[in-house]
Amino acid sequence: MTRKQKRLAVIGGGVGFLVAAVLLVMFAFSQSIAYFYVPGDLATANVPPGTRIRLGGLVETGTVKRGEGSTVTFAVTDTIGTVPVTYTGILPDLFREGQGVVAEGSFASGSSVFVADTVLAKHDETYMPKDVADRLKAQGVTLSGKETIR
Amino acid sequence: MIIEIGHYALILVLATSIVQSLLPLAGTLRNDPALMAVAPAAATAGFLLTLFSFSVLTFAYVTSDFSVRNVWENSHSLKPMIYKVSGVWGNHEGSMMLWLLILAFFSALVATFGGNLPDRLKANVLAVQGWITAAFALFILLTSNPFLRLDPAPGEGKDLNPILQDVGLAIHPPLLYLGYVGFSVCFSFAIAALIDGRIDAAWARWVRPWALMAWSFLTAGIAMGSYWAYYELGWGGWWFWDPVENASFMPWLAGTALLHSALVMEKREALKIWTVLLAILTFSLSLLGTFLVRSGVLTSVHAFATDPTRGVFILAILIVFIGGALSLFAFRAPALKAGGLFAPISREGALVFNNLILTTAAATVLTGTLYPLVLESLTGEKISVGAPFFNLTFGLLMVPLLLAVPFGPLLAWKRGDVLAAGQRLFAAVGVGLALAAIVQWMHGGGPVLSYFGLALGFYMLAGSVTDLALRAGVGKVSAGIARKRLFGLPGSAFGTALAHFGLGVTVIGIVAVSAFETEHVVEMKPGATVTAGGYTLTFDGMRQGRGANYTEESGHFSISRAGVKAGEVWSSKRFYTARRMPTTEAGIRTFGFSQLYVSLGDQMGDGGIVVRVWWKPMILCIWFGTLIMMAGGAVSLFDRRLRIGAPQGARTTKAAARLEAAE
Repeated sequence: MTRKQKRLAVIGGGVGFLVAAVLLVMFAFSQSIAYFYVPGDLATANVPPGTRIRLGGLVETGTVKRGEGSTVTFAVTDTIGTVPVTYTGILPDLFREGQGVVAEGSFASGSSVFVADTVLAKHDETYMPKDVADRLKAQGVTLSGKETIR
Repeated sequence: MIIEIGHYALILVLATSIVQSLLPLAGTLRNDPALMAVAPAAATAGFLLTLFSFSVLTFAYVTSDFSVRNVWENSHSLKPMIYKVSGVWGNHEGSMMLWLLILAFFSALVATFGGNLPDRLKANVLAVQGWITAAFALFILLTSNPFLRLDPAPGEGKDLNPILQDVGLAIHPPLLYLGYVGFSVCFSFAIAALIDGRIDAAWARWVRPWALMAWSFLTAGIAMGSYWAYYELGWGGWWFWDPVENASFMPWLAGTALLHSALVMEKREALKIWTVLLAILTFSLSLLGTFLVRSGVLTSVHAFATDPTRGVFILAILIVFIGGALSLFAFRAPALKAGGLFAPISREGALVFNNLILTTAAATVLTGTLYPLVLESLTGEKISVGAPFFNLTFGLLMVPLLLAVPFGPLLAWKRGDVLAAGQRLFAAVGVGLALAAIVQWMHGGGPVLSYFGLALGFYMLAGSVTDLALRAGVGKVSAGIARKRLFGLPGSAFGTALAHFGLGVTVIGIVAVSAFETEHVVEMKPGATVTAGGYTLTFDGMRQGRGANYTEESGHFSISRAGVKAGEVWSSKRFYTARRMPTTEAGIRTFGFSQLYVSLGDQMGDGGIVVRVWWKPMILCIWFGTLIMMAGGAVSLFDRRLRIGAPQGARTTKAAARLEAAE
């Protein structure tokens, strides 16, 4: 091979690889992105059953019920809408009634119950995940007590 | 009073760093040796002042001086001493102080051990280090000052976030910072070379030890952080693709690429421009990581700081340094002369392949990490890019790289023979497949693909051994001579083999735990049992306890296997009284490289408790492998140490010289 051909082979291989990587990234994005909603959005958003989303809001006080084994049901609210959630597993340490939570999962078909496979309550000292705080603030929701939304 | 002296010392750090950034540069422009000689003195003084300032802050923590706002916010008089000390860097202000301290430490190292560097290069390198130091010292003084006082002083502190009260946290940030701040030296070397417009193989020889050192620390830091998250968070996961983890992982990927491309530049004078660019990119990713973690733009377990003024300040630092460096690069790079030629199939070619994949992988992780932030700021839409995205893209990209790892060291420089290398690796491939088949026969179950994953891991182990064996001439010369030659091999040969071996061990751990882990969530009353990974756990009951600053409830479990007692484990839930915050302390019992992981959930009304038990087969291999990689870095560094600043590669021993010539 001449010097030019060698260089072409290296550059061609590299470019081909990069194109493949870009296609891969785009494919992965189309498969695995979860959009974030608060309960008030869902009336208009029309999320099809089985589509993976993240649902954020406050755990409505008085709705946390433990069922068979480690199944837990609770309601997530943003004061405009409320969505019932079921989850099987261990809730995070910081999960509390009246405080922020993000549930990841999808709606069961033909039902308004949100089936979560992951429940996150990771947040800072204000007990509010950032996504939830931003959206609640945008909707003008204020919390009672000493918790404030930044 | 002592606090104010510490504060004053920090202001002096800013002053010395400004001197360090300007005078040596003026010296190189005017060719004035006296001005250039200011650099090492200023760097050393800057380090000592930073060290003093940091010690004062530590003193305030140790003596629980709550008149200092930072101490009040993050400490508590009842906290154990080790966490009083580690609490210094367990918060935003203190961790920036640690960042600055380590930056100044590296500048001082260059000043002290850079005796053999040409004066101009040394002056320029230290000047660039001075700019970075000045930027961060200013950042701390203006937006994150840890020395501010409270009046009147509160009687008791607010305590450190309990999940940070752990030995892991005492070690993790310093290691991580030694890694990602360490790459600042490579960055400074790159900028210094661009300022001077001259760069050659000797430059790569000077940069490599720094890159190796930073890389080894970063490897340790990431592994430590991963293990900390694994046992402390109680979720049983060891890597979450959390933006904070990605922030340290991206410089690691770029740094790994830098190590390999600097090798090509050192030996063959090729890839000069690319290596300089990588040195800039690696530290740019470190800065980006600092921005992501410290500005609070992320929703993440680690992001405890939220204050927009800080974010804007770090963003400005980021733009000035990355933008400036890349502009200088664009301006100067065309003037750098391209070096040695090589065929696509050669050692150089293999290292280019390595670089291509590693930088693409870093770009993929970057895309996944930044895309949600960019989309949110442009459209207001909130999305999450989670593990599925990264597993798919990063996982697939790694496969060809891992397959190629054992090939690289077997190919000759300039023009290699991939068939010959393949023949030599024939045994390694056989060993890999055979071991995976044995695992399938003994264990069974799990997806078919996982056995190919295991085979890949075993093949990498065998490949590293093959590499060393071939270098020692096993099979060609008598056993005695082969042994002699093996011990005569240069440190870097062992370094390569060890690092690649460690990577294989980590791959085995990852594949095994991903494919064969089992999880059991059950409600247990005293006397109830659950079986995981062949071990039976019996729940014996709960016990109340208390520590220095928390109360806890612990569950006791006896472990048996086939009716024979195999151990016991305590798993607890703690309640930290100062912050009124609960945490889970998982119970972990190790069997060989595998672990049983027990974490407690909620107590039910009827005396039962929800228990989550995982069987994590071979999980320790993940971190054990990274330790081996680090050891590889250290061994390689030891070999190089004698050569820092010696442009004409002085061979240390005749044996090494003969073997290197034979490479």
